[in-house]
Amino acid sequence: MGRRGVSVLGSGEQHRTDGVKGKLWRRFVIGMPYLWLSLFFLLPFLIVFKISFSDPIVGQPPYTAFFDWAASGFDRLKATLDNFRFLFEDDLYYTSYLKSLRIAGTATVLCLLLGYPMAYGIARTRQPYRNVLLLLIVLPFWTSFLLRVYAWMTMLGTYGIINNVLVYLGLTDEPLKLLYTDFAVYIGIVYSYLPFMVLPLYVALERLDLDLHEAAADLGARPSRVFFDVTLPLSVPGIVGGCLLVFIPALGEFVIPSLLGGADSLMIGRVLFDEFFTNRDWPLASAVATVLLVLLVLPMMLFQRSQVRETKLS
Amino acid sequence: MANDPWDDPSAEPFIRIEGLSKWFGDVKAVNAVDLDIYKGELFAILGSSGCGKSTLLRMLAGFEVPTSGRMIIDGVEMTDVPPYERPVNMMFQSYAVFPHMTVEKNVAYGLKKEGLPKREVVTRVAEMLELVQLSELAKRKPDQLSGGQLQRVALARALVKRPKVLLLDEPLAALDKRLRERTQFELMNIQDKLGVTFVVVTHDQEEAMTLATRIAVMDEGEFVQIGTPAEVYEFPKSRFVADFFGTINMFAGTVTEVNGSHVLIESAEAGTVIRATLRSENVDHGIKVGNKVHAAVRPEKIVISKSPQNDEERTQLKGTVLDLAYYGNLSIYRIKIASAAIVQVSMQNTERRSERAVEWDDEVYLSWDPASSIVLTA
Repeated sequence: MGRRGVSVLGSGEQHRTDGVKGKLWRRFVIGMPYLWLSLFFLLPFLIVFKISFSDPIVGQPPYTAFFDWAASGFDRLKATLDNFRFLFEDDLYYTSYLKSLRIAGTATVLCLLLGYPMAYGIARTRQPYRNVLLLLIVLPFWTSFLLRVYAWMTMLGTYGIINNVLVYLGLTDEPLKLLYTDFAVYIGIVYSYLPFMVLPLYVALERLDLDLHEAAADLGARPSRVFFDVTLPLSVPGIVGGCLLVFIPALGEFVIPSLLGGADSLMIGRVLFDEFFTNRDWPLASAVATVLLVLLVLPMMLFQRSQVRETKLS
Repeated sequence: MANDPWDDPSAEPFIRIEGLSKWFGDVKAVNAVDLDIYKGELFAILGSSGCGKSTLLRMLAGFEVPTSGRMIIDGVEMTDVPPYERPVNMMFQSYAVFPHMTVEKNVAYGLKKEGLPKREVVTRVAEMLELVQLSELAKRKPDQLSGGQLQRVALARALVKRPKVLLLDEPLAALDKRLRERTQFELMNIQDKLGVTFVVVTHDQEEAMTLATRIAVMDEGEFVQIGTPAEVYEFPKSRFVADFFGTINMFAGTVTEVNGSHVLIESAEAGTVIRATLRSENVDHGIKVGNKVHAAVRPEKIVISKSPQNDEERTQLKGTVLDLAYYGNLSIYRIKIASAAIVQVSMQNTERRSERAVEWDDEVYLSWDPASSIVLTA
């Protein structure tokens, strides 16, 4: 600053006005996502959170008021923890949460195992073929998600193409039960969410400096060692990003288990839907949603921490 | 200079490259090159980008498989040995320091891959960090280091393995000028201390001249000349090499007289007959009367004076000063001669004075010794 003091006055003034404008602009740009999140995430969540402390009633709205203004003192507060208590008392919720965690977790691992070699292959492909492969990865998004799940229903059905081929090849005498099983749910989730795994992995692997691989080889590392010593650790941000992008939506997945899963494939998204629309028990549905959110926020916080660590690294 | 290994026909080369080629499709990146490098040399491969020098280095490291030919290092055939089994280490142009490891871990990496006992790894890493003056930064991550420090990590990481040959790809290209000069001397010191054979690839002729024991000048996948820095500078074999190192004045002409090592060249471009004395060992130089050649002379070999020199032996030109630049230690003059060609002359400012001896538009005489004339047939 000292040096700026002796510089021509005019240019110093210019700098200051720029600074003020810049500050306002920066505040605006930083403020936008916060405003967005407050309006469309925090506020709705607070409403849901509030409802989860009410009792269901038949009426409009279908839950009791949070405050009873007619009463006095603390009696005014009509909040109840019954809904949360009920979540722990009834096995249904506990098993659904667990099942959702298991399915989402397994599907995430499957996506990682499938997606890593895919991303690696794409990152090592020469242009323009690389762009073609990337295009193929995102191509399914050009069709409606629902349509693609329906397509799987016909393919996995008793007389669907998969069973027909299996029977034709003589691998099985009669059609297998593929549809309405956990297997179908896994197929649906892995198929639908694989691009979300491949893309962040691709970004991480594409950025990797090939010189680093050669340096490791030069220093005496065999190709497999190079992978574990250099490639894998340096692609951790991509792995974490991809896993969260698959795990988080898979945990609350509603459409895939509803259309492809069997009666026993009760995932928490389906429970939530049923409580809300079938039973019209908004408070309980809200409690289910709140607990689900806590389950989701945990891995997100882990992600945040890894991001912070990454920015510290670079 | 007689005891230099490359002048001794009985000396055994440490690295022997025989008919080595690398083709990428139809492109002959390296075309059947032969090269002997001796133990303890600091050998530079010099050329502009795309001349094949990097491909040659990568073949030595094992990253590229030669299309044909072979290479032998310390008596062992290396042509088909994968990089991780070669007694050769490379310092990458990008340094390629592992970003997820500390300085210490980077340097230890190669030793761990050798399966050395932990204690030995620790002592050798500490020694090496001491040598490159990085001991204090051992626990730092690469993103906390400057370019010069990263370069030393890369050097330490390669040298700690005690390779038979250290390959350096443009070792100084990414450093600023001041750091380059310092690093240059550091590299030479370290090389001297450890006695490792260095092979440096560079596009910078100055870097090659100051660092190397010998230089191989490469063009279009082939060596155009191999020699000591003084040889390639003072006795270039072709216009390409003459032009590559520093500035040179060239005049096209025809040989009019050959008398032993004395040659006369009539040049319309110079507007006079240029006298040249060839090196005694080059008496059988194959230059004949009537040959079209180029006579060349380095700017610092030319004497500039205001009156003609009365020496029949010296080649003399007359011209006017077009431009002059004062650099403190020396001055550079651009002189326009009768044929409209421009001759560059540089002169050491050996005397201390503030007024100029030669001014713009002055009529001056240029002259040089016949031994300073370089006769180029190619």
